[in-house]
Amino acid sequence: MKKKFKMEDLECAHCAAKMEEAIKNIPGVMNASVNFLAQKMTIEAPDELFDDIVDKAVECVKKVEPDCRVLV
Amino acid sequence: MTKKQRKMLIRIIMTAVIFFPLLMLDNLGFMAGFPIFLRIIVFLIPYGIIGYDVIRRACINIRHGQVFDENFLMMLATAGAIGVGEYSEAVAVMLFYQVGELFQSYAVGKSRNSISSMLEMIPEYVNIETDSGIEKEDPEEVTVGSIIVIMPGERVPLDGIVIEGESMLDTSALTGESVQRRASEGDEIYSGCINGKGILKVRTTKEYDDSMVAKILELVETAGEKKAKTENFITRFARYYTPVVTISAILLVIFGPLVSGGTISVSTWIFRACTFLVVSCPCALVISVPLGFFGGIGASSRHGILVKGSNYLELASKINTIVFDKTGTLTKGEFKVSRIVPFKEGKAVAGDKEMEYKLLSLAAQAEGYSTHPIALSVLETFKENGGVTDASRVSDVTEEPGLGIRAKTDGRIVLVGNEKLLNKYGIEHQHCEEKGTVVHVCVDNIYAGFIVISDRIKEGAAEGIREIKKAGVKRCLMLTGDREEAAEAVAQKLEIDEYFASLMPGDKVLKVENLIKDNKKGEYTAFVGDGINDAPVLARADIGIAMGSMGSDAAIEAADIVLMDDNIRKIALMIGISGKTMRIVKQNIVFALSVKIGVLILSALGYTNMWAAVFADVGVCVLAILNSMRTLNYKKI
Repeated sequence: MKKKFKMEDLECAHCAAKMEEAIKNIPGVMNASVNFLAQKMTIEAPDELFDDIVDKAVECVKKVEPDCRVLV
Repeated sequence: MTKKQRKMLIRIIMTAVIFFPLLMLDNLGFMAGFPIFLRIIVFLIPYGIIGYDVIRRACINIRHGQVFDENFLMMLATAGAIGVGEYSEAVAVMLFYQVGELFQSYAVGKSRNSISSMLEMIPEYVNIETDSGIEKEDPEEVTVGSIIVIMPGERVPLDGIVIEGESMLDTSALTGESVQRRASEGDEIYSGCINGKGILKVRTTKEYDDSMVAKILELVETAGEKKAKTENFITRFARYYTPVVTISAILLVIFGPLVSGGTISVSTWIFRACTFLVVSCPCALVISVPLGFFGGIGASSRHGILVKGSNYLELASKINTIVFDKTGTLTKGEFKVSRIVPFKEGKAVAGDKEMEYKLLSLAAQAEGYSTHPIALSVLETFKENGGVTDASRVSDVTEEPGLGIRAKTDGRIVLVGNEKLLNKYGIEHQHCEEKGTVVHVCVDNIYAGFIVISDRIKEGAAEGIREIKKAGVKRCLMLTGDREEAAEAVAQKLEIDEYFASLMPGDKVLKVENLIKDNKKGEYTAFVGDGINDAPVLARADIGIAMGSMGSDAAIEAADIVLMDDNIRKIALMIGISGKTMRIVKQNIVFALSVKIGVLILSALGYTNMWAAVFADVGVCVLAILNSMRTLNYKKI
């Protein structure tokens, strides 16, 4: 499954890159990208693991930028 | 401004209102008599107001294992300033830092908004026809096959086919040209266009997510994910820059006092080292470079040029060879029969209308099922003259790619195709000198005659090529499967440097490969063609540019850059946009790096203090971002 998520208050391009790296390293993630300028996060992962991975991804985001919100 | 930004602005103003009077009082000596802890508390108030979130974020991030980020370094630098007694410096640094961050976030927000407002094609509602009349609905909820109504002046919300009504459509949102296109019953129309004076009833053919508007928006937004080489370089640079500057700061504290003997105190060196820390964030580069490319892509899409990646935008500025496909790219692809020349016993027969019709009929019957543009034009002329194709008379039809058609009509073997087909079957014939595409016909191995088909050169093609050469492209070449004489005529008219004719489909890819091999480093080759037939060549070229025909799926899939309105002149425009983008990005890199290195040197030598360093850093960042936004405004020359 491939899904896009809107993000809010993603303020720093460097942070977006760090988030992308962290999410890509979550086990099970096939592909991920964090688009700083469009404020969108895309995750591609197997259906059974998807919800779990999304939760982990949101954690990664909060770790890098605590004020940034992901609209799930 | 967002709520968050407004809150920050209030904090900045509050801090400034408290801090500047305090600073004045301090400089005028009014606090000279105060004990140290009182002075600290007095300055800690504005410091706290403006800096509490930086410190909070620094602590949270350290707890998560991320130590060396902007927040920590700012905290460290200002703590160092307080430690050596420069309380006002600490507050000033925090204040300027937050001002810079606010500017940055404001500028990024503005850039994001200007791109999306430029792509203001998103429909807010759709007029759907139901049993109880016309109702407004959310475009994302409308299913395929729904009947929608588009009122005069409204934007077309979804792709579909007109079932009732007639109107003129303004396609400028898609193509960048204010050329009007007529739409009437049976026509396919695309979302994003603005309706003229007529009311149109349309049956939708695609859902919102697959509509033209959604596809273009998606493309522009994700184009930034394909990073240009310059962006990758900056990302790698930024990764090393911060640690290097931080380590240099530490070295400064250790070796500074040793080098200066006793003349400059350790606390001064600590102060200078803290100034280093303040300049250690490369945000000016990390933000302004992608922003510049984003602006360039946005500007391109405003002109009807879809660029699928920032890397292609970068490459476009370094094109030195462009290869064009002929049919459908430089020519209109609308073939028209211009002459029919039947042969009898090896000699051309002129003026015999019946024989001409017979020849046309032979060709048309054999080509009855072909979708090749040449076949279609023969069939069109045949039908115009009252002819009717009869599939029962035709059997064993074989289409030989690059050659023609072989079929059995009324029991006789008919060959319809080019000279290569005749050579393959060993048919005796004369070489034809006609300028234009020639279709030879032969029956039962005897040459029966030829039909001349002409295609017209696209309007603007000649100017397009001239503009491309002016833009700095060294060579323009043409490839075609058509015959030598047809190619020569077009090449001469358009002042093309070199052309290769009579190519088989596979030859085109080989030719482009050879051209790429001949290129030196830093020189790139582009291929211009249409999406359906030229997909392999488009993929092989350094940059594949496809005629979009208003965004045909095949074109968008196969190419790196799509010209929405098939206009050759847009190529020179794109090279211009790409050049401007690269210039602005390079300006930013040089500017940001020189100011930062300058500030570092001045700080090490003690010629500048902390808040001046922050000011320079912030100033550079803001100027770089503002400069990047210039890429959005590209006017036609």
